[in-house]
Amino acid sequence: MATITAGSQIGRSIPRLESRDKVTGRAEYTHHLKLPGMLYGKIFRSTMPHAKIRKVDTSAAAALPGVYRVVTIDDIRTVIPHPYYGPAFHDQPVLADGKVRFAGEPVAVVLASDPAVAEEALGLIEAEYEELPAVYDELEAASSPHLVHDELKPAATFPDLQHLKGRRGTNIALDYKMRRGNVDAAFASADHVFEHEFRTQQVMHVPMEPFVTVADVANGQATLHTASQGPSFVRIEIARLLGWPENRVRVKVPHLGGGFGGKLYIKLEALVTSLSLLVARPVKISLTMEEQFFMVTRHPCTFRIKSAVTKAGKITARKCEVWWNGGAYADIGPRVTQKAGFTSAGPYDIENVWIDSFAVYTNRPPCGALRGFGAPQTAWAYECHMDMMARELDLDPVAFRRMNMLRNGRPQAGGTVMEDADIEASMDLALERIGWNAPLERVSGNIRRGRGIAIGFKGITAPTTSVAIVNVYADGSCVLYISTVDMGQGSDTVMAQIVGEVLNLDPEKIKVIHPDTDVTPYDMGTLGSRSTYHMGTAVRLAAEDAKNKIEELARDLDMPPGSNLPVAELLRKKYGMQAGNIIGTGSFMPDYQKPDPETGQTRKATPFWGVGASSAEVEIDMETGEFKVTKLVNIADVGVPINPKLVEAQLSGAGIMQYGFTTIENMIFRDGQLTNGSLADYKIPSLLDMPKVFINEATRSNQKDGPFGAKGAGESTTIALSPAIGNAIADAIGVHIPDLPVTPEAVYRAIQSLKNAGGH
Amino acid sequence: MSNQRIVNFTLNGEKSTAIVRGGETLVELLQNKFDLKGARESCGQGLCGCCTVLVNGSAVAGCLMLAWFVDGADVQTIEGLANGNNLDPVQEAFIEAGAFQCGFCTSGFILMTKKLLSEHPDPSDEEIRHYLIGNLCRCSAYPEIIEAVHLAAAKMRVLARA
Repeated sequence: MATITAGSQIGRSIPRLESRDKVTGRAEYTHHLKLPGMLYGKIFRSTMPHAKIRKVDTSAAAALPGVYRVVTIDDIRTVIPHPYYGPAFHDQPVLADGKVRFAGEPVAVVLASDPAVAEEALGLIEAEYEELPAVYDELEAASSPHLVHDELKPAATFPDLQHLKGRRGTNIALDYKMRRGNVDAAFASADHVFEHEFRTQQVMHVPMEPFVTVADVANGQATLHTASQGPSFVRIEIARLLGWPENRVRVKVPHLGGGFGGKLYIKLEALVTSLSLLVARPVKISLTMEEQFFMVTRHPCTFRIKSAVTKAGKITARKCEVWWNGGAYADIGPRVTQKAGFTSAGPYDIENVWIDSFAVYTNRPPCGALRGFGAPQTAWAYECHMDMMARELDLDPVAFRRMNMLRNGRPQAGGTVMEDADIEASMDLALERIGWNAPLERVSGNIRRGRGIAIGFKGITAPTTSVAIVNVYADGSCVLYISTVDMGQGSDTVMAQIVGEVLNLDPEKIKVIHPDTDVTPYDMGTLGSRSTYHMGTAVRLAAEDAKNKIEELARDLDMPPGSNLPVAELLRKKYGMQAGNIIGTGSFMPDYQKPDPETGQTRKATPFWGVGASSAEVEIDMETGEFKVTKLVNIADVGVPINPKLVEAQLSGAGIMQYGFTTIENMIFRDGQLTNGSLADYKIPSLLDMPKVFINEATRSNQKDGPFGAKGAGESTTIALSPAIGNAIADAIGVHIPDLPVTPEAVYRAIQSLKNAGGH
Repeated sequence: MSNQRIVNFTLNGEKSTAIVRGGETLVELLQNKFDLKGARESCGQGLCGCCTVLVNGSAVAGCLMLAWFVDGADVQTIEGLANGNNLDPVQEAFIEAGAFQCGFCTSGFILMTKKLLSEHPDPSDEEIRHYLIGNLCRCSAYPEIIEAVHLAAAKMRVLARA
C-alpha cells in the first residue's frame, strides 16, 4: 500500500468510496432484500383520527387464497406481553391496542408470500370504531380535556424523563424550562417590548427509499435487516421488547436511501420483529410513499416570542413559549422539545431569558427528528422577530444583530460558554456573498425586490457515545468497523480519510464495514450532525491505538526507532507467516453536564455548536403574490472540512430541503385526515425549484476538540434559511408573514392586508 | 392471479423471456425475474424517476409500465450501461461531479441524462433543469447533477471526435 504523507488526507475532496456501486445500480439497499420463505406484510390502517376500536373483522381477509395470516394486537400479545415501544416514551403499540390515535395508524397486518395478495386482502378487513373527540392543534391540545393518552409512560433509557412517569390528565408530554436573570423586571423597565407569534407546518422527510424492514426471528435469534439510521438503538429496543439479551439480536444496515432523521430510533422494526416472532418466518414490510406520511414527520410548532429592547437597540430580556405538536406518539419529540427549546432565544447575548417549551400530544401522525431537530422552527420565529423589531425601531437589521450577537467566551442562555462558534463570521460571509451593500433595483413595474439575512445555531444531542474498531490485516490492508450509517452524507469516506490520515494510508483503499451489530461496535445513532465529531473522534482514537500497537510491535521485535517497517513485514516477523491482525479501538463521549431541571442552567450543554447564516434576494409580483428567490446563500461553520466537496454537498442539500419546507411543502389535514399524502399532491423541490444563484460555503473555522478541527455539517444550513427568505419578502413588500410555508397566496394576502390597513 | 403470458424482449442487449402476470410492473419483472435492482420503485406514481428504464430508447416509469408491454421491446437498464469495468461517460461524470448522495435515485438520473444528451449534446443549464424535472433527488444533489451533465456532455463530445 502506498505511503501517504501525514496531513494530506484532511481537506481532500476524494469521491465517495461507494461511487461505482451507486452509478452502476449495484448498491445494496434493504429495499431489495429477499430471504427464503419470506412473507410480505401489508398494513391495514385506521380511517379515524381518534376512536375506540369496537371490532376488527379479519375473517374475509384471512380466507382469501394465498393469505398466510392476518395479525392484530391480540395475536402480537401472545408472543410479546407488553407490545409498546418508543425511544422517549413507551407509548406506541406495535399495532393499535383498543384505540386509534391518528388516521393512518396501523391496526392490522396481512401476511402473504405474494405482496399483491396481501394488498388485495387489506380491502376485505372491516373495522368498527366508536369515534372520540380529537385534538389537532398544539395550543388547543395543551389545555384540552380530550386526551390522546391516559397516562405518560417515559422509557427507562431516558433517566431525565422519569419525573413524568404516571402523569395523567394532560396532553403535555414534556415541559422544558430555562430561566436566566429576571425577565419580569426587565420587561417592566424596558423602553420597548415586542411580542410576536409564529407557526410552522407539518412536513415529511420523503426519503426516496421508503421505510423497510426485514426481520428473521427463529430459534432464539433475531436478525433484522433494516433501513435505519440507528442500528445500535434498534438492537437495544428490540432486545427489550423481546426480553432477550442484546447478543441474540442482530441488526444490519446496508446502504440507506436517505434518512434525514426519519429512520431513527425504532420505527417499523418493532412491528416486523413481532410478526416474524409470531409466525416463525422471515417477514418484510416495505412502506409505500403514501404510507411514509404516517410513520414520522416534522413537528408543527407555535412560538410566542417577546423581547425587551432599549432605545439604542440592546435586547435586555426575552421570553419564549414554544409548543411542539408531537402527534399521537412521542417518538423523540420530548428531546426535540428540550434541545430546540434550549436554543430558542437565538444566538443572542441576552441577560434575562425565560423559556418554556412543551411537547404536546395530538391526533396527528407522529413527529420526530428531521434535519435540524427543531432548530429550524425556532429560528423561523426568532429571526423574523429580529427583523420585525428592527423595522419598528428603524434599526439596520445587520447592526441590530451585531449589537446583540452571542460571541465566543460569553455564556449562552443556558450557561454554557460559547466556544468555536463563528456566528458573526458566518453572517459576514452570507452578507458578502449576497452583495448586501450592492444596489438593488427595488421596484420595476409590478415587481418588488428585497433582501434578507438570518443567523441561527443549534446545540448537539448530548451526552452520546461512539465506538470504533480499526483492523489492520496481515498484508497491511485495513478495515474500519463502525455503526455510523452512510445514508448519502459520505460518512464512510470521511471516516476512511481520518484513518488514512492517522495511519498514512490511502483512504480509498480502506474498507468501511457497514453497520452489523454482531460485528460493528456501538454508536448512539447517525443523527444531529454528530457523526463527524463523535464517531470521527472515536475513529481517530482507534487508528491512533492501532498506530501505537504497530510501534509497540516494532519495539518488541527490536526494530530500531524510525525504521518504519511496513505492518505486513512486522506481522510476518512476529508470526513467521502472513498472519495476525493489529486491532485498534477507540471510544468517545464528550464532556456534558446535565442541566438543572428548574433553570436549565449547565456548565456544558453541548459538545459543539452548529452555526448557520443565510441570505436571500427575492422578487415579488405585487399583483399575484408570486415570488422568486433569485439568490440564496447558505453559510455554515463546520470547523475544518475533512472532505470539502462532501461538506458543500451537505450544505446545499440541506439548504434545498429546507427551501422545500419554506416554500412548498405542507401536510394539509381536514378533520384529522391527511389530504395530500402522496408525491402527486405533496411536492418536494426539483431541479427547477433550485434558486438560479445558489451559493453554499463553509467559513474558515476550527473546532479545537473535533477530529482534525472538524465538526458536523448535516444540519447547519437548515436553520437560518427560512427566516432569510421570510425577511427578504418582508423587505420587499413591507410586512412579515408569520407562518410557514411562505406561499404566493400567503404573500398575496399579506399585500392585501397591508393595502387594507392603508399601507402602500 | 393466473392471468399470465410470456414476454420476449431484449434486455441490455440479450434476448430474454419471462412469464409475467397481468398486474406485474416492469420494475417487478426486472427485480423478481432478473435480479436487476437499479430501477427502484419509490413514489409508485411515476413522479420521482427512481424507476426509470429505457424502453425502445424512450424513458419510462418502470413502476407504472406493465411488464407485458415490453413484449418485443428493447429494454435498457442502468446495469447495461457500463461495458464490463468500463463505465459509460455519464457514469464517470456522475462520480467526478459527486452527483449523488444516498444513490437511490441515481440510476434514474443517469438514464435520463443519457436520453437528454442523445437529444441535446450540449445542453444549457435551463435545458438540463427542464429535462430532468421528472427525476427527484431528496438529498438534493441538484447542483452536482447539473455539473455532471455538462461534464458528461464534454466527455461524449471528446469521444465523438476520437
